[in-house]
Amino acid sequence: MKALFYIIIGVALMVVCWQLVKLLGLTKKENQTATPKENDINGKLMLVLMTFIYVLMVLSLWGTREVLLPQLGASEEAYHIDLLFKYSMALILVVQFILQALIFWFTFKYRGTEGRKAYFFADSHKLEMWWTITPAVVLAGMIIYGLWTWNQVMDASDAENPLIIELYAKQFQWEARYAGDDNTLGNANVRFIEGTNTMGVDMSDKNAADDIALAPNPETFLKELHLPKGRTVIFKLRSQDVLHSAYMPHFRAQMNCVPGMVTQIKYTPSVTTEEMRAYPDTKTKFENINALRKSQGKEEVEFDYLLLCNKICGASHYNMQLKIIVEEEADFNKWLKTQKTLAESL
Amino acid sequence: MSDHHHKETFVTKYIFSQDHKMIAKQYLITGMIMGIIGIFMSMLFRLQLAYPGESFGIIEAFLGEGGEGGVMTPDMYLALVTIHGTIMVFFVLTAGLSGTFSNLLIPLQIGARDMASGFLNMLSYWMFFLSSVIMVLSLFVTTGPASAGWTIYPPLSALPQAMPGSGVGMTLWLVSMAVFIASSLLGSLNYIVTVLNLRTKGMKMTRLPLTIWAFFITAIIGVISFPVLLSAALLLIFDRSFGTSFYLSDIFIAGEVLHYKGGSPILFEHLFWFLGHPEVYIILLPALGLTSEVIATNARKPIFGYRAMIASIIAIAFLSTIVWGHHMFVTGMNPFLGSVFTFTTLLIAIPSAVKAFNYITTLWRGNLQLNPAMMFSIGLVSTFITGGLTGLILGDSGLDINVHDTMFVVAHFHLVMGVSAIFGMFAGVYHWFPKMYGRMMNKDLGYLHFWLTAISAYGVFFPMHFTGLAGLPRRYYNNTAFPIFDDLLAINVVITIFALIGGFAQLIFLANFFISIKKGPKAPQNPWKSNTLEWTAPVEHMHGNWPGEIPHVERWPYDYSKTDANGELWGGQDFTPQNVPIREGEEVF
Ligand code: HEM
Ligand SMILES: [Cu+2]
Ligand SMILES: [Cu+2]
Repeated sequence: MKALFYIIIGVALMVVCWQLVKLLGLTKKENQTATPKENDINGKLMLVLMTFIYVLMVLSLWGTREVLLPQLGASEEAYHIDLLFKYSMALILVVQFILQALIFWFTFKYRGTEGRKAYFFADSHKLEMWWTITPAVVLAGMIIYGLWTWNQVMDASDAENPLIIELYAKQFQWEARYAGDDNTLGNANVRFIEGTNTMGVDMSDKNAADDIALAPNPETFLKELHLPKGRTVIFKLRSQDVLHSAYMPHFRAQMNCVPGMVTQIKYTPSVTTEEMRAYPDTKTKFENINALRKSQGKEEVEFDYLLLCNKICGASHYNMQLKIIVEEEADFNKWLKTQKTLAESL
Repeated sequence: MSDHHHKETFVTKYIFSQDHKMIAKQYLITGMIMGIIGIFMSMLFRLQLAYPGESFGIIEAFLGEGGEGGVMTPDMYLALVTIHGTIMVFFVLTAGLSGTFSNLLIPLQIGARDMASGFLNMLSYWMFFLSSVIMVLSLFVTTGPASAGWTIYPPLSALPQAMPGSGVGMTLWLVSMAVFIASSLLGSLNYIVTVLNLRTKGMKMTRLPLTIWAFFITAIIGVISFPVLLSAALLLIFDRSFGTSFYLSDIFIAGEVLHYKGGSPILFEHLFWFLGHPEVYIILLPALGLTSEVIATNARKPIFGYRAMIASIIAIAFLSTIVWGHHMFVTGMNPFLGSVFTFTTLLIAIPSAVKAFNYITTLWRGNLQLNPAMMFSIGLVSTFITGGLTGLILGDSGLDINVHDTMFVVAHFHLVMGVSAIFGMFAGVYHWFPKMYGRMMNKDLGYLHFWLTAISAYGVFFPMHFTGLAGLPRRYYNNTAFPIFDDLLAINVVITIFALIGGFAQLIFLANFFISIKKGPKAPQNPWKSNTLEWTAPVEHMHGNWPGEIPHVERWPYDYSKTDANGELWGGQDFTPQNVPIREGEEVF
C-alpha cells in the first residue's frame, strides 16, 4: 500500500531528527532554565517575530486591498455596516499594534541576564482599575454604536412600499418568487411540491396566483435575480431540505434558510450592476482577475452581484450560487412584466 | 499508609492504572496521536484549497476512493474538515490538554496523594480511549465519516439522503461523542471534588496556583455544559433512528416529502452552542492557567494581579454560559435577542482584557528565562490578543452579518483558541516533562520547534482574515466556482505552504519528546526553581506522591524575587517554595 510508503517517509524524517538531536548533544549538562546566551538570542529573535507579525499585518492590509469586496457597499444598510466596520477595525488594529509591541519589547528588554533582579510587583489596584474601566468604556461605546447599527439594518417595519421576494434554497440551487401585484406571497409548504410547482406554493391560496417564480434567462438558461435600485427589498427565506444561508456579501446581507421556518432579511440596493462595474476598485479587481484567468486559459468575466450559499449543505455547497442584477426601477419593472405569473406558468 | 505497598503488575501499572500521574501520561499520548491525525488532515485539505484539482499522490494514498486520481472529492473534503475540527476541539484540546494536566497537576499542586477517586479517573481515561477508537474507526466506514461540520447541524446531519457522511459515519460520531462526554463528566467531577476536599494543610483556596484555579473552573463549566450537548446528541439520535421530530420539519429531499413535522433545527443550534461556546473556554482556560504558572516562574516575578486573575477566570466562566447566541445572529433569531447576545459577548472582552494586561505586566521588569516553555507562553499571550481582538468584530451582531461563516471566523477561532491552546499545551509539556518522565527535553530542538511553529501559525491564520473579508465562505471545497475569488489563489498557496511547514515542524517536537523519554538527561528535583508543591515531590514517581508526610503550605505560590527591608533577596535566592514558613519580618502577600 502506498500509505505505508508515506509512513515510512515519516519515520525516516523522525530518524533524521534523532540524528539532529545527537548532533546537538542531547546529553550534555546544561543550565536547566535558560543560559544568558539563550536568553539573549531568543530575546532578540522575539523582536524578529514581532517584525514578522507587523510585516504580515501591513502586507495583508495593503496587499489585499484590491482583493477585498469592492469597498463600495451596494446597499443603504451596507453604508452603516461599513462605517461601523471601519471604526472597529481601526480600533482593534491600534490596540493590536500597541499590545504586541509591549509583549515583544518587554520580552526583549527584560531577557534574563546574570545580574538582573526581577522586580517584585504583585498588585496595583490603581492600574487594574484603569484597565478594567478603559475597556469597559470603549466597549460600551462599541455596544451602543453596534446595536444602533444592528437595529437600522434589521428593522424592516418602516420600509415604504417594500418589494417582497421569497428566496427558496435546496440542494444545490436557489429559486425565487416575487410577490406579484398584491405584494403578498401565497402560502407554501413542501407538501405541495408537485411537477413544476417546485417551490410547493399552495395554489388554492388567493395570494398565490399573481406570484412570479423566477424563470431562467432565455438566452443564458441561468436564473438571474433582478432587483430595483432604491427600493427596499424584503427577502423571505425558506429551505426545502437542509440549512442553507443566503449570503449576499456586496449588500452586506446574510440570513439562514431554515426548513420549517420563514426567516427574513431586508436591504435597499443602492448601486446598480452597471454602476458597480464602472467603479474604479471593481475595475482594478476584475482586470487582475481576468489577467489571471487568461494565463490559465479561462474565459474573461465581468463583475456581477452574487448570492452564495454560506451554510454547509452537502457536496456542492461550494457551488450554490445565483446571479443578482440590480437595475434602475423602470428597467426592473419592465423586466418583471415579461415574467409569467404562477397562474400562467403552472 | 500501608496500602501503598501492594504489588503492581504490568497491567495495573501501565494499562489499568489508577495513579493520576500515569493516567495523565496516557491522556497525553492519546491526545498526541489524535493531534497527529487532526493536523495531518488539515495539511491534506489545505493542499486541496491551494491547488484545486491538482493530483497529489499522498491524497490518493491516504484517502482511497475519496481521493481517486489524487484529487479529493467534495464529500471527502467535508469529511476531513469535520473530523479535523472534532478531533482538534474535543480529543486534543479538551481531553488531551485538560485530561493531561488536570490529572498530573491537581494532586501534585494541592498536595494530595491522588485524585479523589482513582477508579473513576481510570474509567474516565478508558472511556476517552474508547471514544477515540470509535472516532478513528468511523474514518473507515464505506459511506465516509461524519461530514456535516464539527457543529453537526441537522437536518444535514440527520438525513443520510443529504450527504453520505450522515449515514453510519454520523451514528459513530454520535456514539463516540456520547462516550466522550461521559468520560469528560467523570473527569470533571473528580477534579472538582479533589480540589475542594483534598488540599493539604494550609492550602487555602486563595493560595492555589492559578493552574488549579483554571482547571477547577474549567471542570465546573464542563459539568454545566457538557450534559446539554449530550441531550442534544440524544435527541438527534432519536430523530435519526426513531422518527421523532425534535429538529426536523417540512422536509422534501430525494424526491419525497418526509414525515417530520413541528421540529426546529434552531433548537439544536441553541443546545449545541450552549455547550459550544463554553467549550472554547474549556479549551482555553487550562492553557491560560498553565501559562500563568510558566510565565511567573520564568519571569522570576509574581504573576501580576493574582486575585484579579481569579476574578477574571470566574467572570469569564460565568459570562461564557450566556453568550452562545453570538453564533446564531443570522439564524432568524429575534433581533432584540441578538442585541442581548451582543451585549453579553462584548462584556466578556473585559475580563479577557484584564488577563492580557496582567500577563504583559508580569513580563515587565522581570528577569525572563526564555526557555521553550516560556517562549510558547509568550506566544500564547500574543496569539490570544490577535485572535481575541477580532472577536470584537464577530461579537458585534451588525458586523457579524457579513463575516459570519467566512474564513474570517476560521482565522479568529484558530488564533484565539486553536493556536493559543496548542501553545499552552506545548508550554505545559516542556515545563512539566521533567515531572512526568524524570528527564529533561532538549532545549535547542524546543527552540527550533517554537520558531517554526510560531512563524507558521501566524503565516497560516493571519492571511485568512483577509480571504474572509473578501467574502470567501468556510467549508468550501474550492473557490474556483466563483470568479470573484480567483485573485485569492496566491494567498491560499502562501497559507498552505506555511501550513505544511507548521505541520512538519511538529515532527521535531515528537522526536524530541520520545527521544527525551528514553535518553534525556536526568532531571533535578526542581529544574525551573519553581515555588509550587509538585517540585517538592521526588523525581521518581511513587504512589502517594510524597514519601513521608505531605508538605504543609505556608504561603501563596508566587513569592519570586521577594526582597526584605534592605532590598536583599529573602534566603539569598529568587524563589521561596510554598512550603517554606513565613520568615520573621517577611511581609505576607
Ligand atoms: C496545522 C494546523 C491547522 C491548520 C492548517 C488548520 C486549518 C483549518 C482550515 C483551513 C479550516 C477550515 C476549512 C473550511 O472551513 O473549509 C479548519 C477548520 C477547523 N479547525 Fe483547523 N487548522 C489547524 C489546526 C487546528 C487546531 C489546533 C484546532 C483547535 C481548535 C483546529 C480547529 C478547527 C475547527 C473547529 C475547524 C472547523 C471545522 C468545521 O468547519 O466543522 N484546527 N482548520
Ligand atoms: Cu450550502
Ligand atoms: Cu461563542
